[in-house]
Amino acid sequence: MLLFIVVPFILAIVFSLTNQRLMSPNAAEYVGLENYTNMLDLGVLVVDPVMDADGAILLDKNGDNQYPRLRKFTRNNPGYPDVKGMKEWFSFSWGEQKVAIMASDLVFMKALVNTFTFVAFVAPIQGALALVLALLINQPLRGIHIFRSIYFMPVVVSIVVVSLLWRFIYDGQNGLLNSALSTLTLGYFEPVNWLGNPDTALGSIMAMSIWQAVGFHMIIWLSGLQTISPTLYEAAKIEGASPWQTFRYVTWPGLRNTAVLVVIVITMQAFSLFAQIDVMTSGGPLDSTQTIVYQAVERGYGKQDISGGSAMSVVLFLIVLSISLLQRYLTREKN
Amino acid sequence: MLRLDADNPRLRMTVRYLVLTLIALMFVTPLVFMMMSSLKPDQQLLADTSSMRAFLPVGDISFDNYKAAFERAPIGLFMLNSLFVTGITVALGLFVCSMAGFSFVFLNWRGKSIAFSIILATLIVPFETIAIPMLLMVSKLPWLGLDGFSWGWLNSYRVQIVPFVADGLTIFLFAQYFKDLPKELIEAARVEGCSWWQVYWRVVMPLSGPILATAAILKFLAMYNQYLWPIMVTQQEQYRPVLVGLQYFFQLNTAWGEVMAYLTIITLPVLVFYLALQRAFIASIASTGVKG
Repeated sequence: MLLFIVVPFILAIVFSLTNQRLMSPNAAEYVGLENYTNMLDLGVLVVDPVMDADGAILLDKNGDNQYPRLRKFTRNNPGYPDVKGMKEWFSFSWGEQKVAIMASDLVFMKALVNTFTFVAFVAPIQGALALVLALLINQPLRGIHIFRSIYFMPVVVSIVVVSLLWRFIYDGQNGLLNSALSTLTLGYFEPVNWLGNPDTALGSIMAMSIWQAVGFHMIIWLSGLQTISPTLYEAAKIEGASPWQTFRYVTWPGLRNTAVLVVIVITMQAFSLFAQIDVMTSGGPLDSTQTIVYQAVERGYGKQDISGGSAMSVVLFLIVLSISLLQRYLTREKN
Repeated sequence: MLRLDADNPRLRMTVRYLVLTLIALMFVTPLVFMMMSSLKPDQQLLADTSSMRAFLPVGDISFDNYKAAFERAPIGLFMLNSLFVTGITVALGLFVCSMAGFSFVFLNWRGKSIAFSIILATLIVPFETIAIPMLLMVSKLPWLGLDGFSWGWLNSYRVQIVPFVADGLTIFLFAQYFKDLPKELIEAARVEGCSWWQVYWRVVMPLSGPILATAAILKFLAMYNQYLWPIMVTQQEQYRPVLVGLQYFFQLNTAWGEVMAYLTIITLPVLVFYLALQRAFIASIASTGVKG
């Protein structure tokens, strides 16, 4: 009997283990087969900064310093093997010199930046909005559970369905958002192609992701709120505390553990941003919505380059691991 | 305004409800839009998005889109696939994960704490990061089926089921729940001569109603809404779930009315399920919060 329980259980471990571990054996296996490719792929993920100095002479063009074309260094130049085949990511001036940051995989670098931007905006905003909603929902009002159910509703709907629907909202010509805004501003608002513009695409996806998932975290906050003893609130009332003071000194301290959980969960979810991109923009326009997971899937599945995709996955895994360790460390220190 | 608020409870009440309703509208409108649009012909659907008519069932209303959608794609098959894969995974998952949780809490064996921390560690790994290596792995796994021995799991039900039967979160939830069960009960059963299997099946499981509901709901949502994995592993129509079936509706001329109809078909079962069991849904999410 003991065996009977343990065997499926070991299977369970094997599955959860394989999920996690198979990354490296697979990569390793591939190295064995095609060592060179993999080495290149891994090297490729590192950004090499290169300084291109323009001699003592200043060549003027619109009053700016002129620099040799970067292509000179990246193509067939034995003097600069480090930047062979790379492209310019961005550059800035440093005194008389120009510093160009070179990336061999430009798209991946953009994906990295976009993913971090996404997490940096979505984690705090979504967490805060969810808390506001939870506070609203926690009021003793008649019919409050109806509102609670409605706020939670988008969570049960597939993100793919949600993404498709929001394409109509964001549509450039007669999307719902544009029509609503132009009605509100009496026609002064210029229609924006929300998803087609590199400046607004990522922001639009952030807004939609928050809309979809905020109900989930609202419920987690709510369960945290309900663990706070009502006597504490009564005490605060007797002391004559303002609503803000009540929140600051009674509610918030009671939510500490919940806050840690919410932040970690949102961060984790935000890093794995994929379906929204796949359905709404496919990474465009101008790679402004590329993300790590989207790139990894496109590489590994779309382009059949499993080692490249896996390498990206490993990078993402390391990022997520180190961030969650960091978050754990930070929250532990305060205890 | 603020003073007025404080002085006038009725006004205050009204303002509160107004705020709550406005927020509720924000959450509901896209879904209403979806359902209303699914009843309209394409041209009217697109024209209506510039006014409030987008949210109203006005104009040329019919179920033609649904008819067309059913003709375009084998929706019945996709739906059955989805329900089959989800159902089997949830059922097997509850069984395996509860046993694993049971073993973690009540049995003593070597390496238990290490194994448990490994399972906890898997919680922080997003599935998307391991999808690609896993794809490579499942394409090479052997399988002993009714029709003999074969290699490779792609294009099958098992590739959609087996990897998701056991998951860290469910095991963790079960282990947490079992820890709070009265130890005396289990000891008493052991003294009475129950085997561990009997303890599991006759004593622990009947006490686990709430946690089984929680785990089932969370697993159901995750499985039904899976997208990335089914896209990668089901090239053949025969095994596709509903979400992957969406591809049928995006060809040269996208028929938006049909898309809306299809989206409604996909969403309706979950929404109905949710509205019927909303208390359990919300309680289950809340319990992950308290336990985590």
